[in-house]
Amino acid sequence: MVCSLNTSLLLDVIQFPGNLRNLPLDSWDKLLRLARASNLIGRIAESVHDQNMLAFLPSKVRPHIIAARILSLHQRQAIQWEIRHLDDALRKLDIPKVLLKGAAYTINDLDAARGRLYGDVDLLVPRSHLAKAEAALMLKGWSVGNIDAYDQRYYRQWMHEIPPMIHCQRGSALDLHHNILPLTALNSPNIDLFFQNAIPSRVSGFAVLAHEDMVLHSAIHFFYESELRNGLRDLIDLNFLINQFLKEDQNFWTLLAERAYITGLSWPLLLAMSMLIDMLEMKVPENVYDNVKKAAKLDVLSRVLLPKIYLQALQSSHPLDNNFISAMSRFAIYIRGHYLRMPVKLLFPHLARKAVGRLIKANNRKK
Amino acid sequence: MALEVGSLVIRCRSIMPSVAKSIYTLYKHHPFQISPDFADFYVEVKAPANLRRWYRPQAEFLVDGERPFEPLPKDQAPALFEWGINWMVAASCHFWFTIHAASLERNGQVLILPAPPGSGKSTLCAALAFNGWRLFSDELTLLDIENMEAQACARPINLKNESIDIIRRFVTDAEWSPEVFDTLKGRVTHLAPPIDSVMKMRERAFPRWVVFPKYVADAEPSLTLRSKPQSCIDLAENALNYSILGETGFNLVTRLIDHCDCYDFIYSRLEDALLTFEQLAESEQLTRNGF
Repeated sequence: MVCSLNTSLLLDVIQFPGNLRNLPLDSWDKLLRLARASNLIGRIAESVHDQNMLAFLPSKVRPHIIAARILSLHQRQAIQWEIRHLDDALRKLDIPKVLLKGAAYTINDLDAARGRLYGDVDLLVPRSHLAKAEAALMLKGWSVGNIDAYDQRYYRQWMHEIPPMIHCQRGSALDLHHNILPLTALNSPNIDLFFQNAIPSRVSGFAVLAHEDMVLHSAIHFFYESELRNGLRDLIDLNFLINQFLKEDQNFWTLLAERAYITGLSWPLLLAMSMLIDMLEMKVPENVYDNVKKAAKLDVLSRVLLPKIYLQALQSSHPLDNNFISAMSRFAIYIRGHYLRMPVKLLFPHLARKAVGRLIKANNRKK
Repeated sequence: MALEVGSLVIRCRSIMPSVAKSIYTLYKHHPFQISPDFADFYVEVKAPANLRRWYRPQAEFLVDGERPFEPLPKDQAPALFEWGINWMVAASCHFWFTIHAASLERNGQVLILPAPPGSGKSTLCAALAFNGWRLFSDELTLLDIENMEAQACARPINLKNESIDIIRRFVTDAEWSPEVFDTLKGRVTHLAPPIDSVMKMRERAFPRWVVFPKYVADAEPSLTLRSKPQSCIDLAENALNYSILGETGFNLVTRLIDHCDCYDFIYSRLEDALLTFEQLAESEQLTRNGF
């Protein structure tokens, strides 16, 4: 068993929704708690709906599944509505506009979008047009909220996105990116490669990343995050993306490995594959795995240890599964996430400054 | 320990004596289970794990390990428990249409009192709940999204500032949680629901009246019919998951307003209010009995 019983239960029923039938009430209790904590409850609700199981659920469980589906359908609709507003704000700008992650899955109606719960919309534009895009958005009511000068600089000088923009009336959040990784990150890929291969989305005016790039982006996102709050969800995203693209093109694994090599992202792909194999028993062709492993150039220690650490951390910080090892793993990943995003000589001053800032803020609040 | 509140089973944990004591006072008559197979929610009130344990201690509300809002000073912990549950119901129970409104039942029919803070909704609700009306809820009116039936949960009534003194004089045999001072809302306390309301909390009923109350100093009581379209808009504004429910929410509001008599109610004395609502309920009873 590679992960805890509770996490296995969650992953199992997401992959094989038929197993939701005849689940005893106490398992439902744990399942709903974990699914809620890892933002996967919408996905469970979709499975119940697909299997026409609603009427057969225990009466205590049914309302929660109904509520989860209502929420995920609402969020899906809200994302589409938000994209219409974005289109309205940016239509006049003749620049590439690439929707990322959840918004991209939704707009192209991918399997990964079903039952997914969202935080915000992510949009990628070329850095040279960033200011123009930001100005156009501000004209239509989006703005970067009240953040201090240091945070402004942190984002604008070092990160791959500007601070989150919030719409003044709808309160919706938009992350405007100009890269898929921080500028300061180790192995930051050449973003032009991603723009060149982007494909039109189903909504005119917006593009989405090519299928291989979409998978790579999801994988990077996973490993550059310093908090794995949505880790399980991201893993499930990867699973659904890869399976769907494989159905469309049997050659997808090979294409994916080649693309990872070209963009220099073999190492996140390798780690993602190990996790998918370990946790979801995904079948990866051996030669593909070997090629990616060669290209990733990870030392043995990282190759063996990293997936194990992530695996532990993924058990979620939920009270049901929390333990010393998973807490330590999460701490290690917090450090690693920051380390990957910024070189040490920037990172330490940054974390120190954040810590002091929090103290000062707490002090002010007391007064 | 798991409390049964209406149809919800809420598993509560706290090592804070003030919270335990307050739950004991306010939920004395609610059924509870020791270790149920299934709980709808897992909540905990505890001191945050940081240095503030020793310096100006705080309390935080956790829903299954997640902290939905910032901690409050420790002496507000019992109130935080109540507010946390309100938040939880509003944020995740979309199998109900949740309205920021009090609701009470009489003769099998439900009165809904939607109102912005400061309109005297809770004061009025407390007075009615101890004088012939069965308390459904003081803060959140819950309607089944399928059939519009109102769900009772008989939770404690949240009173603020002068309302506390007014109700203390008006209802003499009730149980109260200790008062908390200097909260965002001022002085706050909770009043335990009447036993009868708790005993019958699983009995649902259909909404019959929607009344928008307004306390105006020295005013004579006046109950006036209000326009249905306007009531639709105002009710939707008080609904907490109107937009999440989308079309279902819209249909519910229009059906509800169609089905109910809608009034504005201005009052200054609780005695007048009791009389007015009594007449409202009795006239309905007479019509139903064919007089």
